[in-house]
Amino acid sequence: MLLSRALLRRHTVLPGFDLALGFALLYLSLIVLIPLSAAFLRTFALTWPEFVEATTTPRVLASYRLTFGASLLAALLNAVFGLVTAWVLLRYRFPFKRLVDALVDLPFALPTAVAGIALTAIWAENGWLGRWLPFKVSFTPLGVWVALVFIGLPFVVRTLQPVLEDIDRELEEAAATLGASRRQTFVKVILPILTPALLTGFALAFARALGEYGSVIFIAGNMPMVSEITPLLIITKLEQYDYAGATAIAVVMLVAAFALLLLINLLQAWSRKRQGGL
Amino acid sequence: MNRQSFLRRAVAVVSLAALSATVHARDISLLNVSYDPTRELYAEFNKAFTAHWKAKTGDDVTIKQSHGGSGKQARSVIDGLEADVVTLALAYDIDELAQRARLIPADWQKRLPLNSSPYTSTIVFLVRKGNPKHIKDWNDLVKPGVSVVTPNPKTSGGARWNYLAAWGYSLKTQGNDPKKAQEFVAALYRNVPVLDSGARGSLLTFTERGVGDVFLSWENEAFLATRELGPDKFEIVVPSLSILAEPPVTVVDRNVDRKGTREVATAYLQYLYSPEGQEIAARNHYRPTDAKVAARHAGQFTKVTLFTIDDVFGGWAKAQKEHFADGGVFDQIYTRK
Repeated sequence: MLLSRALLRRHTVLPGFDLALGFALLYLSLIVLIPLSAAFLRTFALTWPEFVEATTTPRVLASYRLTFGASLLAALLNAVFGLVTAWVLLRYRFPFKRLVDALVDLPFALPTAVAGIALTAIWAENGWLGRWLPFKVSFTPLGVWVALVFIGLPFVVRTLQPVLEDIDRELEEAAATLGASRRQTFVKVILPILTPALLTGFALAFARALGEYGSVIFIAGNMPMVSEITPLLIITKLEQYDYAGATAIAVVMLVAAFALLLLINLLQAWSRKRQGGL
Repeated sequence: MNRQSFLRRAVAVVSLAALSATVHARDISLLNVSYDPTRELYAEFNKAFTAHWKAKTGDDVTIKQSHGGSGKQARSVIDGLEADVVTLALAYDIDELAQRARLIPADWQKRLPLNSSPYTSTIVFLVRKGNPKHIKDWNDLVKPGVSVVTPNPKTSGGARWNYLAAWGYSLKTQGNDPKKAQEFVAALYRNVPVLDSGARGSLLTFTERGVGDVFLSWENEAFLATRELGPDKFEIVVPSLSILAEPPVTVVDRNVDRKGTREVATAYLQYLYSPEGQEIAARNHYRPTDAKVAARHAGQFTKVTLFTIDDVFGGWAKAQKEHFADGGVFDQIYTRK
């Protein structure tokens, strides 16, 4: 309240700040906080040792490794190739550019199960791509990674595009006239401007990958200790009507994901500050 | 508000019209919450029952169906889906309606004949045309070089029948020794390259992805698969011994009492036991329990020695706890190296 009054006195451009703030908080509570706290409450049916046991069995630990590892690697790959894609879409002209641009959003719109079945078919040993490879993709942890790369791509591209659009060509030209090589221009001029957006895109792709179930479940093969993702173990618990155990694993994922996202947000704030409020 | 009053008026007009047409005809709606492969069975059965009920009482009954994984469907009912009847893949899922939500009495399975299972099925093998790996019986599945496709029994109710059938086969043929049975089942699962989360996913893996030499399947699903995907690609192998799969049915007491549908819901389930209901079940590849109907369809269903879960495992509750609960035998197979 104090804060909002202070802001009000400064005459913000938007009217009704109090109302907007109240509405935003209510909305956030309804959509995010209340369902999440329900998950936390359900785990209180467990004692602490039960909670530890449910969330640290060898199978669950193996699934954390796979889920967090594959999500991280998928988000990293997307950060690199998402940047390239966004760059190409903005800076070059080529036929069917609009079409390609629209294609980027497809992983957003496609039902995840459809994506999963399609990816499995393509990468299976008798699939279009899978048959040319000397190793297996579908039904291995590699398949999990492929699915996560697929669903994460639009997050990076779409967060980078507006920022890339705003970069003045003059900056690059100035760098060039001052004798910078292309590499230097990219590393010292373009990349710092892009870093906050790149981090956001990375964080979004990563977060999405952590929770992804539908597309992964078809391609993973779901072998215990090898290719079981954490969301599958949550379903497994539910299938035994073990609601408390299921939410216990969910809470661990939630806390870990929140910590990682917070870390990325802090990194982003730091990188923004470093380049002096661009 | 406006919309509500409009609706009310519309309903009044419609029901008046209905009243003038037939005296006392009531409109009843039932929700049958079932599992995946019964879609075609109940589509046909519902039509037959609607006609039967109309002839008997003059009431119009509309039956809505809901299909999905058996466990997921049971959870929906526990969480408040207002099912009048549930027709699921295994008794364990229905037990939970009694245990967790007290929607039905604990002895629900005694209320209808034959363990409340009007139709049954069993576990058979689906193999590729010509049976290139010569798979004839359960002991062929543990041989090196044979690749077996079956869903994860922890997430798929149907897959639990597969697992228990293999276990029972070992007990019956290898001297009733649980140690040997565990080794047998462990060897079988060592031959499983993919554990899909549900039966339909596994079927896709086997038929479309070309993974595996044999797919463990409910008999009705195997018939459906060969019919839909072409008998020139797959064939069914019936093992010497298998488990009697009993997909049970029950009225959901708490819901029918609140909605006042107990009478029609009970009649709906009883009609499954009638010759007409049995005929429809047989046409949809479930084994009928009525002797006359079974005799008529004897050609379709290969004779096979069947054991029940009650005889061999002491019922679902016990089997679930020993084999599929966290830390149970199935988990041990994978975590103990």
